[in-house]
Amino acid sequence: MSTVEVRGLVRRFGERTVLNGLDLNIAEGEFVALIGQSGCGKTTLLRLLAGLDRPDDGRLAAPDAKMVVFQEHRLLPWRRVWRNVAVGLGGDSRAAALRALAEVGLDGHAEAWPATLSGGEAQRVALARALVREPRLLLLDEPFAALDALTRIKMHALVRDLVTRHRPAVLLVTHDVDEAILLADRVVAMRDGQLAAEHRIAFDGPRDRKAPEFPLLRETLLAELGVIDELART
Amino acid sequence: MTVTNRVRRFPHRTVSWLTPVAVLVIWELAARLGLLSQQVLPAPTIVLAKAGELIADGQLPENLLASLQRAATGFLIGAATGLGLGLLVGLSRIAESFLDRGIQMVRAVPFLAILPLVIVWFGIGEAGKIFLIALGTAVPLYLNTVLGIRQIDAKLLEMTEVVGLNRAGQVRWVVLPGALPSILGGLRLSLTAAWLALVIAETIGADAGLGFMATNAREFLQADVIVLVVIIYAAIGIVCDLITRLLERRLLRWHPTYAKLHA
Repeated sequence: MSTVEVRGLVRRFGERTVLNGLDLNIAEGEFVALIGQSGCGKTTLLRLLAGLDRPDDGRLAAPDAKMVVFQEHRLLPWRRVWRNVAVGLGGDSRAAALRALAEVGLDGHAEAWPATLSGGEAQRVALARALVREPRLLLLDEPFAALDALTRIKMHALVRDLVTRHRPAVLLVTHDVDEAILLADRVVAMRDGQLAAEHRIAFDGPRDRKAPEFPLLRETLLAELGVIDELART
Repeated sequence: MTVTNRVRRFPHRTVSWLTPVAVLVIWELAARLGLLSQQVLPAPTIVLAKAGELIADGQLPENLLASLQRAATGFLIGAATGLGLGLLVGLSRIAESFLDRGIQMVRAVPFLAILPLVIVWFGIGEAGKIFLIALGTAVPLYLNTVLGIRQIDAKLLEMTEVVGLNRAGQVRWVVLPGALPSILGGLRLSLTAAWLALVIAETIGADAGLGFMATNAREFLQADVIVLVVIIYAAIGIVCDLITRLLERRLLRWHPTYAKLHA
């Protein structure tokens, strides 16, 4: 059973063909990381899946219950933190919002204004806003790119923990190969508007940078993205 | 730390009042010593005494009320029009096409320049005065409302689309609060314009109001009444400013800039 099914997806912007007949499946509860160099079309794919854009050709099936965490937190500065989590929810949204905030460790900041939060805290609120709706598909658009290295490490752990608990299918768009290997069940590499390669991540031991499989997989992915070729040429 | 302490010890607040008080004292002395003619600039104490007299015989409260009523009526009509049109044009491309260019043309005219035309249209009655005040109020509020809506971050609107808000929800959660700082800025300009319009409007043949008091006093060379009216106009300006500041403090608590300003 697939949560996401994409066949022959095409998206053009003027003369440029950004997605050129792309195929992708994401199984229920599967964590897929999509890596690629900037401008390769990975964000375009995410926006199509989120329903924020329309394809020019191809088939695309995604569940209605989907949420996005963007690179910027996109919190409403004029609403308190818990209202930002509850935006658009009916019923007893305050209780639900507080539960979601507790999950990201920010229930103490429920009444704060977004402007008083640090970058990492704001991004955790954005995660709570996504999870409170129990999405079947969680789309993460480089959500850690703007954070400092230390905060990013903590966010990785938090996301892994939350995903294990809620079990949505996840598509993480990133340009960070290490991040992709550390978080995903499967890494797909994108190049020239199509999927260039995919790797199932199955480490024997704990999944960290010290794992013996890590360096080789990292090299392979960088080669597949075309980064190593480019470095050799310069 | 010692540096900031030393700077803090200087009584800035007290000193800032020193100059105005000194001016008042010199003014009073100059008038008492006969250096200033009564007809040119009467002493502050005489103006004060005149104020007491005019309050006692009911002239001042009556005329002040007439002016405030006039200003409030014009302001409310102008504010409703400016805000209403601003929201309409900000939210609808079609309304923008129909209305914006015309309003931008009206805005190019300094609103006091049409004073002779207003007299031709409405005569010197109440309607013309209210029209002038309303026009002065409407234009800045319209411009700032449209600008505020234009400046809203499209990324926030996209986010509300993802969480499933409809158009009305987007207006309530994003458009109105996002445009509010700009709208309040427009309100400040509107109050200044309304108040200026009031002063000008009241000099064209009024039969009640502060301006009527001042024009009458001019006929009888009562400089004390004229100075009193000028001071009351200033006081109204200060009160308007206080009201907008209170509104900003209350409505823009979330805004880092305003939070700091009022900390």
